Amino acid sequence: MIGPRDTEHLVVNIGPQHPSTHGVLRLVAELDGEEIVNVEVSAGYLHRGIEKLGEHRRYHQLGTLMDRGDYLSGIHGELAAALATEQLLEVEVPPKARWLRSLMGEVNRIASHMIWYGTFGLDTGAMGQFLYAMRERETLLDVLESVSGQRMMFNYVRPGGVIADITPDAEQKLRTFLRTIDTYIDEHHALLGGNEIFQKRVRGVGVINREMGLSFGLTGANLRCSGVPYDVRRDKPYAAYGELEFDVPIGSVGDAWDRYLVRMEEMRQAARMIRQCIEGLPEGDVMAKIPKVVRPPAGEVYACVESPRGELGIHLVSDGSDTPYRFHYRAPSLFAVQVLEEILPGTLLADAIMLIGSVDILIGEIDR
Amino acid sequence: MALDRLTGEHSVAFIRSEQLFDWARRNSLWYLGFGIACCAIEGLMSTSGPRFDFDRMGVFFRASPRQADVMIVAGTVNKKMAETVRLLYDQMPEPKWVVAMGACASTGGPFRQYPNVVLGVDKVVPVDVYVPGCPPRPESVQYGFMQLQEKIKRQTEERRAARRDRR
Repeated sequence: MIGPRDTEHLVVNIGPQHPSTHGVLRLVAELDGEEIVNVEVSAGYLHRGIEKLGEHRRYHQLGTLMDRGDYLSGIHGELAAALATEQLLEVEVPPKARWLRSLMGEVNRIASHMIWYGTFGLDTGAMGQFLYAMRERETLLDVLESVSGQRMMFNYVRPGGVIADITPDAEQKLRTFLRTIDTYIDEHHALLGGNEIFQKRVRGVGVINREMGLSFGLTGANLRCSGVPYDVRRDKPYAAYGELEFDVPIGSVGDAWDRYLVRMEEMRQAARMIRQCIEGLPEGDVMAKIPKVVRPPAGEVYACVESPRGELGIHLVSDGSDTPYRFHYRAPSLFAVQVLEEILPGTLLADAIMLIGSVDILIGEIDR
Repeated sequence: MALDRLTGEHSVAFIRSEQLFDWARRNSLWYLGFGIACCAIEGLMSTSGPRFDFDRMGVFFRASPRQADVMIVAGTVNKKMAETVRLLYDQMPEPKWVVAMGACASTGGPFRQYPNVVLGVDKVVPVDVYVPGCPPRPESVQYGFMQLQEKIKRQTEERRAARRDRR
């Protein structure tokens, strides 16, 4: 007779090739039946030395690397690098550039959240929402392409400002987009969040409470879902966020459903900010006068922005030469992937796939 | 083009089995859903999304290498990943093709100075089509697949010519 608990544990590798690990993440899961007993995250399959290469790039070239680090929200990575360089140089950025940074940052935030929304649904077994999410994303990529010339690696924000003014074409596309986006987000929410199967799968699973979130160093929606209202845009304002009106949505329980709701509300707030940015866009230059090759004085700075995944920080150490002495990249996903080892044990294997989607990780950022 | 359009609904077509198979293969290139880095968003997600709609070319994603015909290497391959890429390639059934998407998969791209990065995935697996760009636009990926279709067609003809020469 075999007793009910007398089973052998099975070790299963999830990834690095798995359609639901959002890249090349590998999880080594120890299973008892279908329940996860222990999880080990194995990263490094996309390690390509962004930090080390940054020490061999000039300050203007850091944005190129940052684009490829957090490839879903390139504007935010560039912005963090540019803010750090500007702090070292003590340059004043023209007001129009600051507003354009916020504007394009929020456009990029919706585009990034749309990828999260589409793939989160795929992880829970739905398909249709992915196609609708890509529709919104393509519209926003058109806007970003119109101002920067690229669909993903924008290199739009440079130290001293932004590279180009908003084009009439982009402005018109954004205005058309803003007329429909609120209705569309409601439709998205009804399509996925209104689905009873989806709700049963995400409610009460993968709870990140306040203490856990703070001790793991989580930021962004992963921390706000547990009720901590920390948002870099409001608490340490950069770009034009000090002059914009927006709410910081927070959750109460901290489960996957709260993270879903917080991100959906973030998209609505982003649309609200885009509206304010278009209406209040000041006149003037978009780039401060700074030399092509900058040699900042020796010193070290930390600049952070609120990327769609949380607090994205750049720690720059300058030794007075034209390349940084040390370039450190605080990636919010790195902290989110570590919390998986805490929240996955005790859940089912099918929930693990959903929970990887719910914390919105990006491998380019984790491995760098 | 659908065969019945070409020949009429009730007609009989004579075709070499080799040509028929290659016609079927080049119009149902199922790729392995295996995104490594940034290119995966453009090459696998946007391309199969509603605007670019890869399905109309018969290109569709499969989650398992056992069911895939084409591997799109979408992103930087480093030394840790190279073993897995080779393993996945070996698991794919013949005939199989590889599309190296983007600068990283072709040559190492912006990261080629870093010693951990493999300088092009062709050091690990044989590559049929290189798609330039960082990342390539979805149109480029589709053009790459059209080139791959041409290549498959050409290979059939070359095999026939080689047989003819032997005779």
